[in-house]
Amino acid sequence: MEKISTLMAFSEGLLEMGAKYRNLVVLDAGLASAMKTSKFALNFNDRYFNVGMAENNMVGIAAGMALKNKSPFVCSFAVFSSGRAWEEIRNCIAYPNLNVKIVGTHAGLMAGKDGVVHQALEDIALMRVIPNMKVFCPADYYETKAVMKYMCEDFGPSYLRLSKNAVPMVYDDGYKFKAGRGHIVKDGKDATIFSTGSVLSEVMLAVDMLEKTGLSIRVCNMCSIKPLDTALVLDSAKTTKRLFSIEDHQIDGGLGGVLAEVLSEAGAGIPFKRIGMNRFAESGSGYDLYRKYGLDSSGIFKSIKDCY
Amino acid sequence: MDKKSLENIAAKLRLDTLIAINKAGSGHAGSCMSCMDILVALYYGAVNGVSHSRNGLNDGAKNASRPCVVMKFNPNKPRWDERDYFVLSKGHAVPALYAVLAEQGFFDKSEMKYLRQIGGLLQGYPNVKVPGIEASVGSVGQGVSIAVGLAMAIKADRENRNVFVLAGDGELQEGQCWEAIMAAAHFKLDNLVLIIDQNKLQLDGACGAVMNVAPLADKFEAFGWKVIPVVSGHDIEELVYAFEKAKNVARQPVVILAPTIEGKGVPFAENKPAYHGVPFSDAEMEEVMKKFGEVEEVGEVT
Repeated sequence: MEKISTLMAFSEGLLEMGAKYRNLVVLDAGLASAMKTSKFALNFNDRYFNVGMAENNMVGIAAGMALKNKSPFVCSFAVFSSGRAWEEIRNCIAYPNLNVKIVGTHAGLMAGKDGVVHQALEDIALMRVIPNMKVFCPADYYETKAVMKYMCEDFGPSYLRLSKNAVPMVYDDGYKFKAGRGHIVKDGKDATIFSTGSVLSEVMLAVDMLEKTGLSIRVCNMCSIKPLDTALVLDSAKTTKRLFSIEDHQIDGGLGGVLAEVLSEAGAGIPFKRIGMNRFAESGSGYDLYRKYGLDSSGIFKSIKDCY
Repeated sequence: MDKKSLENIAAKLRLDTLIAINKAGSGHAGSCMSCMDILVALYYGAVNGVSHSRNGLNDGAKNASRPCVVMKFNPNKPRWDERDYFVLSKGHAVPALYAVLAEQGFFDKSEMKYLRQIGGLLQGYPNVKVPGIEASVGSVGQGVSIAVGLAMAIKADRENRNVFVLAGDGELQEGQCWEAIMAAAHFKLDNLVLIIDQNKLQLDGACGAVMNVAPLADKFEAFGWKVIPVVSGHDIEELVYAFEKAKNVARQPVVILAPTIEGKGVPFAENKPAYHGVPFSDAEMEEVMKKFGEVEEVGEVT
C-alpha cells in the first residue's frame, strides 16, 4: 500500500490552495526545507515570506497581513508554532478573530530522534483552550487535503497538526471533511476507539487483532478536535459499552481530555480509558518510541485487551 | 502650520484622556501624556495647516486647498482602502488614542465615559472592534511585528500607503521588537515609520536602571534603519516635519526617536514613575482641571 505523510499532503495542498486563493500567503520561520513549502515558494514567490528563526515575529507579521485581507499560513514545528508564539496567537490573532492558519508540523513522538524539545505533545491542549480557534488533526493524505480546503473556505483562525511519518491511506479522493463532524471509519458493538491524527493507521492494525479475539469495535476518527462532534461521542457512549481514546499527544488536555470533559458533563457514566502520553519521552526513531510508549498496534492492542 | 491650534488641541485631548482614566479608575495616565503630542502630530499635523477631519475626509493631497496631511484617514469610513495605518504598540496608552479618535469623529465622544467599563466599547487595550483601531495589541512588543506585516502586505499589493507604529522605549526590552526591526530592514520597508516615545520610564522605574536599551540611534542604524532624531517629542511642528522627511526615505524603514516627558502637561506628575500606570485621584484631577482651564478653547468638557 502506498504511504505518504500528512506533511507531504500539506505541501501539495498549499500549492493547490495557493492557485485557487490569490490572497493566500505563506510564512516560514527559517525551517522552510523541513516545512516542504518550497513548491509553493517556487510557484508563488511574491506570496511567500521566510522571516527567519523568529516565530513570535512571524505570528505578529501574519496578524498584520491578515488585517490587510491576506490569508496567511504560518508554518513551523508544532512545538514552536503553538508554544513559542502562544500569546501572540491568543492576543493578536484569536481575539480579533483574524483569518490566520497556524500549521504545526512534526507533531508528536514521530518527531523522533530530535528528542523531547522537538516532540510537540501539548500543542492540541494549547490551541484548543483559545476562544475562536479551531483545531484539526488529519489522519492521512486525503484528509489533510480536505481539511486544508475547509480551512481556506472558513474565515477565522485554525490550527493544523501534521506528522512527518508516512502513513497508509484511510480515505480516498471523494472524502468530504466537515468541521465538528467525526467520522466512523468502522462500526462495531462492544467498544469505541476515538483516534486523532496519523496514529489512526496503528489503531486500524490493532483493531484487526482485537476483532480476531471476538471483539466488535467501532473506530471514530476525530480529526476535528475543536469543534468536537459531541453527538457522535455521546452516541458511541450509548451504543457501545466501553470507550478508548488514542493520540500521539499528552492525554491531559488532548483528545482524551476533551472526551473526558464531554462524557462527564453529559453524565455518560461509561468506562473510558485514555491512551497516549502522560510524560516526556526521549530521543529515538518514531516507531521505536511508539513501541516503547505503547502507541504502536501491539501496544494499543494490549492496552485495550487488558480491559477485558 | 498653525502651531498654537495644534497645541490647544493637544491640551484639550490631554484633559479628555485624564478625565476618562480618572472615571475608569485605572489606566496609564503618565504614558498617555508622554505620547499625546506625537498622536496629535499624526492625526492633526499637516505641512501647510491643521488637519481637522471631524466632518469630512482627510484624503491628503487630492485637493490642493486641503492641507498636506501626515496621515491619510477618513473617520466616516474607518476601513477606507487608501488610508494609512496607525498601530499603537504601547497599547497601555490607548486612552490617549481614544481621545484623538473620538475628537476626529470615529465614534461618539460619550464612549469615553465608559472606558474600561463592562459593556463599554473602549477596552483597556487596543481592539479592532473600535472604529479607527487597526490592530488588537496584547502586551508590549507585538505591535511592531503587526506593523511590519501590514507594511509587507501593502508592498505585496503594490500600494502607496504608509504604516505608522508608536512604541515605548521600555518596550524595546522585548526581544520580539528586535525580530521585527531586523525583518523591516531585511524587507526594505520604506513605507514603515516607527516612532519611539522615549519617556525613559517604565512601571518599575527608569528604563536605564531596569534594563538599559540605549544607545538607540546606534542600534537602529546597525539594524539598517534610517534614524531621524527630534529634539522634543512635544514639539508638534518639529514632529510633523520629521514625518514628512520620513515619508521621503527610500529602501529602508525609518525610526523617529522622540524624547518625551512622562506625565507631560501635568507638572506634579512629570517624570514620576509613580504615575506611569495609575489614574489621578479626584483631588489631583481638580488641580489638573485648574491648569487646563487656563488653556484657550478647551470647551466641551463634561
